[in-house]
Amino acid sequence: MLLDYCHRLDDEDWDAWPGFFTEDGRYKILTRENFDADLPLGIMYCDGVGMMKDRMLALQTANIFEPHTHCHLLSRPALSGAGSQIEARTNFMVTRTMQNGAMEIFATGKYLDQIDLSSSTPKFRERIVVIESRRIDILLVAPL
Amino acid sequence: MSESRTSSPVNPAPDFAWPREGLSRVPFRLFSDPEIYAREQEKIFRGPVWNFLCLELDVANPGDFKTGNIGDTPIVVTRDENGELHAFVNRCAHKGALVCMKERGNASALTCIYHAWTYGLDGQLQSVAFRNGIKGKGGMPVDFDTGKHRLEAIRVEACCGMVFGTFSEETPDVEEFLGDAVMPFLKRNMNRPLKLLGTHSQVIHNNWKLYAENVRDSYHATLLHTFYTTFKINRLDMDGGILLSDKKWHHISYAKRATLNESAEYSDAKVHSAQFGSDLEGPELLDAWDEFDDGITHSIQTMFPTIAIQYTLNSLAVRYFSPRGVNETELFWMYLGVEDDTPEQTDIRVRQGNLTGAAGLVSLEDGCISEFVQRGTTGSGHHNAFMEMGGTEAASSKNSRATEASIRGFWHGYREIMGFD
Repeated sequence: MLLDYCHRLDDEDWDAWPGFFTEDGRYKILTRENFDADLPLGIMYCDGVGMMKDRMLALQTANIFEPHTHCHLLSRPALSGAGSQIEARTNFMVTRTMQNGAMEIFATGKYLDQIDLSSSTPKFRERIVVIESRRIDILLVAPL
Repeated sequence: MSESRTSSPVNPAPDFAWPREGLSRVPFRLFSDPEIYAREQEKIFRGPVWNFLCLELDVANPGDFKTGNIGDTPIVVTRDENGELHAFVNRCAHKGALVCMKERGNASALTCIYHAWTYGLDGQLQSVAFRNGIKGKGGMPVDFDTGKHRLEAIRVEACCGMVFGTFSEETPDVEEFLGDAVMPFLKRNMNRPLKLLGTHSQVIHNNWKLYAENVRDSYHATLLHTFYTTFKINRLDMDGGILLSDKKWHHISYAKRATLNESAEYSDAKVHSAQFGSDLEGPELLDAWDEFDDGITHSIQTMFPTIAIQYTLNSLAVRYFSPRGVNETELFWMYLGVEDDTPEQTDIRVRQGNLTGAAGLVSLEDGCISEFVQRGTTGSGHHNAFMEMGGTEAASSKNSRATEASIRGFWHGYREIMGFD
């Protein structure tokens, strides 16, 4: 699931993204600085699958940006908890490649997940994406 | 004071003349010429303007310090033991090293790590390591006087939750600098006990003035930002207007969401933004409450040169943009709530944080659009931008935001301060 999530995003299978979450799942990207200071407001925040679907529709139809692709690299996850509710922490790195070939590390950080195993497919009840840098280069349109 | 600013090398006016058409033309050269950039550092950032230094809540307690920049110059803001604010250039009076290398913190004194010169929170030099030498040898001359050395002071004033600084003695106080026309609206939004909800920054690959234009550009908002228009957060057919400050340097653009009357121009013009017509699946994104009784639900207020305050539904944020060279700018987003917000109101502001910022559903295009201008104008320094929407003057527009008046107001101020007649 952790890998599949990244592959779907890298492959720009946008409509698959909300399906990785429980109906009331939460997704938030925030800076390490804000996470450590316990500030509530993220750079991207979806409270429930509805907001995730809106994000994906906006990305595909409303938002305007220069074409680029992402590529995720994942560390091995550290899993904890038992039963149907487990937690995972995984480091990640995402590169961004622009249409002229310019490629850089766009973001790096950690995924802090709460995963629900009670149904046939595991789903995120919560995925907090803590990015190391406070700076976003140009803009952030696709989820990490 | 032994530290004297060497008679500053005011950059000679570059070989430059403003087009005779006036404010409706802006030479592209202004966005890429290093000589002009250097002159801006002297005339604007070290000139008679108030620069944003930090939020008051960044330095809430005695001993708090926060570093930043005024133009290219590194600065530090402190709150001393008596609660008084100070700001100085973050440059040791000895060899010029940074005195504060941490972005923020709390300290009883500031010590340069290079040779341990120690300054009070008021910037005054207190002590120097090995002042009397070691074992009676070496050391400073006998007439060395710590009282004659300090960190270069910057005039500082706190207003509406923000700390401002200026290098110039000529800058009038903040209220007068902003002027009666726009000051009350700043107080409406900001003169409350504020709390920080979140921050981040965005690197945009363009000259700082292109973002100064962008935040004053009410013409583009509903055309480029398609999310805005479709969900009826802000459209030009909503009741709204443009208010310029007395000096024209600063502005307010405002709209009232409840007054929307659908106008045919949007569908007739095949505006791209009108094509995104689906309803939100997560409509709670736009949940809002009436925080004020003036009906204004959306506004952006600028303060020359590099500050904007947004109030979008209930999303209150300070945007501060800081040049990082002639063709790069760092844009800081500081999202705010009010101390006595209920948990539900905080949730609303947090959800609305999605609308703006680096990943803003509404505004993320601003991260690239100015870069497109920067790239598009490369090699065309002798060509001009054409801006006659709403006429050629810089005047308030009470009834319409289909105008570039506030951008012309910015250039009016810019020409005045830069001496570009």
